[in-house]
Amino acid sequence: MAETAAPFLPRALRGSPWVFHVGTSGCNNCDIEIADCLTPRFDVERFGVRLVGSPRHADVLLVSGPVSLACRRPLQETWLDMPSPRAALLVGACACSMGGYRDAYGVAGPADRVLREVEPGARIAYVPGCPPKPETIIAGLVRLLEAP
Amino acid sequence: MDGFGEWIWFLLVFPGAAFAAGLGLVLSWADRKVSAMVQWRRGPPPSQPFLDVAKLLGKEVVVPATSWPAGFLAFPFAAFAAASLAAALSWHAALGLPGRAPGDLVVVLYLLAVPPLAAILGGAASGNPLGAVGASRHMVLVLGYELPLAAALLVGAFQVRTVGGGEAAAGTLSLEGIARFQALAGDAVGRPSGILALLVALLCCQAKLGLVPFDQAEADTEIAEGAFIEYSGPPLAIFRLTQAVLLAAMPALLVAVLWNGSAGTPGGRAALAGKVLLVVVLLVLVKNTNPRVRIDQALRFFWGPVTAAAALALLLARMGW
Ligand code: SF4
Repeated sequence: MAETAAPFLPRALRGSPWVFHVGTSGCNNCDIEIADCLTPRFDVERFGVRLVGSPRHADVLLVSGPVSLACRRPLQETWLDMPSPRAALLVGACACSMGGYRDAYGVAGPADRVLREVEPGARIAYVPGCPPKPETIIAGLVRLLEAP
Repeated sequence: MDGFGEWIWFLLVFPGAAFAAGLGLVLSWADRKVSAMVQWRRGPPPSQPFLDVAKLLGKEVVVPATSWPAGFLAFPFAAFAAASLAAALSWHAALGLPGRAPGDLVVVLYLLAVPPLAAILGGAASGNPLGAVGASRHMVLVLGYELPLAAALLVGAFQVRTVGGGEAAAGTLSLEGIARFQALAGDAVGRPSGILALLVALLCCQAKLGLVPFDQAEADTEIAEGAFIEYSGPPLAIFRLTQAVLLAAMPALLVAVLWNGSAGTPGGRAALAGKVLLVVVLLVLVKNTNPRVRIDQALRFFWGPVTAAAALALLLARMGW
């Protein structure tokens, strides 16, 4: 599920991943499932996850939705705003592979291609599903953090 | 305190920077844990605040192109230094440690004004519009709570003059003098003026620590942490540590000024832990059961009822109650 390109994430980061969420023109279902992860039932704060308001504080970029042409630059800039070491978690079929928007006229490509335009070695994990369940998102995050 | 070594120990280790930061991180875990329990969640493990800081210390420092770099990077350290000195003085008095501490109540109040000031300047130096919004909100909050906070804490010093038994305590503004007086004449919170002052001070504490309902300056969901928006890596870690130190310093200060009759005795030290924990849990419960108010509502609240209550407390203290 996780690709290895960057060096090991430091131990402290694995225990304290702060997450910044960008919706790049998805249908909003994935965003709702992401919010689910913070509810008492799933409580990702157990693993030290915090949803932060500024990309400068973030370690992991959550992307949901196909990247529309209008969202391409903002997504790349948000990624570059994040201090390294950083990683991306693509949530949902759209972000991973464009899903139903494949070959549509208004999209710039799946999020991994858009991110790798600015950082070829970006560390990226994929969480498929339409939308993925919160359990799947948590599993994806754990794989991303623990992958060598 | 005479020796140079003793000074260094006082400022950097106990009860200064290292002790205050460590205790503050533990208390901030308590904050997150109690918040989680209120929401029927499990919450983070006790090591979480330490991991957060360790992680931030290992991250890249991004200095925005629009910023004033020297100020942007220096202000977090100013905030931390002032906060840990204030924590050292407060804990010195609250624990009733031997030796004379170098400052009195007025010095502590001045030092406690530095961290918000550093946040204002840091937010402004970042060149980010939301940082500027956060800085202006910090300013409004400081204007709102500083006066009632100072008035409420002065009640503790005022009683030394007006309540019988105060003759034994010299230097009415020194924290040790206040403790000595309370050992003779009873805790300030044992009198009506003291109870009112403690309530006022608790509300001001809530704003000083940036806890809901007075977290307008850092509102995550609204202005993305305001003045701290552009900070990353170690400078952000220093600001987080400063907040932790303040979380350790403020309850100790309230206790030292208003509730410190048993300072220095073994039983008093055990009670101190309970008192500090009680104050922190109260702050956290208020935080979790209230919505964020607007900044103008916060200012009106502090300048209206809170300042009036603080003035009433001073009046009561003047009458010896
Ligand atoms: S993956 Fe499905 S649920 Fe998620 S944004 Fe795309 S269409 Fe919506």
